[in-house]
Amino acid sequence: MDIFLQQIINGVVLGSIYALVALGYTMVYGILGLINFAHGEVVMVGALVAYTVMTALLPTGLPPVLLALLALLVAAPVCMALAWIIERYAYRPLRHAPKLAPLISAIGVSILLQNLAMMIWGRSYHAFPDILPPLHYDIGGAQITLLQVVTILLAAGTMAALAWLIQRTAMGQAMRATAENPAIAALMGVPVNRIITLTFVIGAALAALAGLMVGANYSVAHYYMGFMLGLKAFTAAVLGGIGNITGAMLGGLLLGLIESLGGGYIEDLTGGFLGSNYQDIFAFLVLISVLVFRPGGLMGERVSERA
Amino acid sequence: MLEVRDLHLHYGGIQAVKGISFSVGQGELVALIGANGAGKTSTLKALARMLPQATGRVHLNPVDGPAIDLMRLPAHELVTHGVALVPEGRGVFARQTVLENLKLGAFRVQDRHLVQQRLDELLERLPRLKERASQLAGTLSGGEQQMLAIARALMSAPKLLLLDEPSMGLAPIMVDRIFELITAARDSGVSILLVEQNARLALKVSHRAYVLESGRITLTGNSADLLQDDRVKAAYLGETVC
Repeated sequence: MDIFLQQIINGVVLGSIYALVALGYTMVYGILGLINFAHGEVVMVGALVAYTVMTALLPTGLPPVLLALLALLVAAPVCMALAWIIERYAYRPLRHAPKLAPLISAIGVSILLQNLAMMIWGRSYHAFPDILPPLHYDIGGAQITLLQVVTILLAAGTMAALAWLIQRTAMGQAMRATAENPAIAALMGVPVNRIITLTFVIGAALAALAGLMVGANYSVAHYYMGFMLGLKAFTAAVLGGIGNITGAMLGGLLLGLIESLGGGYIEDLTGGFLGSNYQDIFAFLVLISVLVFRPGGLMGERVSERA
Repeated sequence: MLEVRDLHLHYGGIQAVKGISFSVGQGELVALIGANGAGKTSTLKALARMLPQATGRVHLNPVDGPAIDLMRLPAHELVTHGVALVPEGRGVFARQTVLENLKLGAFRVQDRHLVQQRLDELLERLPRLKERASQLAGTLSGGEQQMLAIARALMSAPKLLLLDEPSMGLAPIMVDRIFELITAARDSGVSILLVEQNARLALKVSHRAYVLESGRITLTGNSADLLQDDRVKAAYLGETVC
């Protein structure tokens, strides 16, 4: 088996999920300059709601793919409503407060959601049911499962749709304008508050999809999963250049690859001293390196405001 | 068209505007002149609901409808009532193309044909913008950005246009171009409130003017008369009065 190619495949899958979550961070940052630390928790809620729906419907004997679809149809609105509530009650009242206040509020929401999830779903790990038959294909000595193929294609399709929405529609243009200058956007007639809400809600829909993907690909969901995932996706957003949509997609993919390859080779690199369970090291090495050497991220350069 | 009564504005303990009253008639170009820090920009921003702490009575009296209390509207509804502001420093969206900026000016116009028609007309009149339609606005020169900012405001077909320091920081040749655009809007019947530091220019194009000093209106009259006024000459036109 070709380890290199295998790790590339695993990395792309992981990276697609990171990218979906990173988009939620970067879109909100782009518009409000706020790091929504509760976003990882929204992914967690998405995964657990999807888990609940699927296990509840399992006895009906419906095909698993349909179960997953129904799970998403429930998880996405739940996450969207949750994001709407978070924005409305945790962030909006602090819109004009010093930057530290909404950040603390975000961390508070994050802890609150973790504890609520612990009360609802308990402390145990929940095993996700299989969504797709365990088919796999051999390519160049590595294996890719049907689930991985679907994950990658679905993530890519979703991101393409988002890019279209933002670049080609009037609503997307209003979002970009709000990100650049909300006061001027309002003068153009853009309902700024509604655009901000929309940004949160779209990010939450992506988070729900990502939650389902995490559950399906790594087979577990638990109340604490949002913390590390959120931190990694945040790293991905910073790597790509926070506030930059394309950057978040690129950063997610790159981080997935770095982690996967790093995890795959860390034993060889350290002569067996560290195992692949240390793969988290790489994400945070990336975060620290970016912050030290290129704080703007890979695509963080902006056009100057005036010529 | 615009009726302002007793407008007050506080900024963190400082009173920037101290109860001013003025009006802009239908199809009139009214200038608000004064030195730096006199409260001109603050006044415009208050009218555009960018400074919600402002108090006073501001009414819009369109010829074809009932009066509208501007102080009760959120900023993003102004444009639907025919009020457009061209902000100080131009405020174009640097990361969007010239074309996108223009289209955003008509964000609340539902009729796509109408938007396209206005766009074609404006680009026809402004070949410089037409050439640069697909460029990012941030790559334009200052004068071109000002032109774009005004054109963007015109995309909403405003009844009342608020212009904040349109000549600021521009080369004289560009100032002429910008003022051609403004006088063309005036001649087409748009009511205009022009805030301008270049008093001579403002008085030349306007019908009437108000002089603002430290948040109060100290002088008002027909622009032609003000141009001859000794106090205005001495304070704002840089002429020595014997």
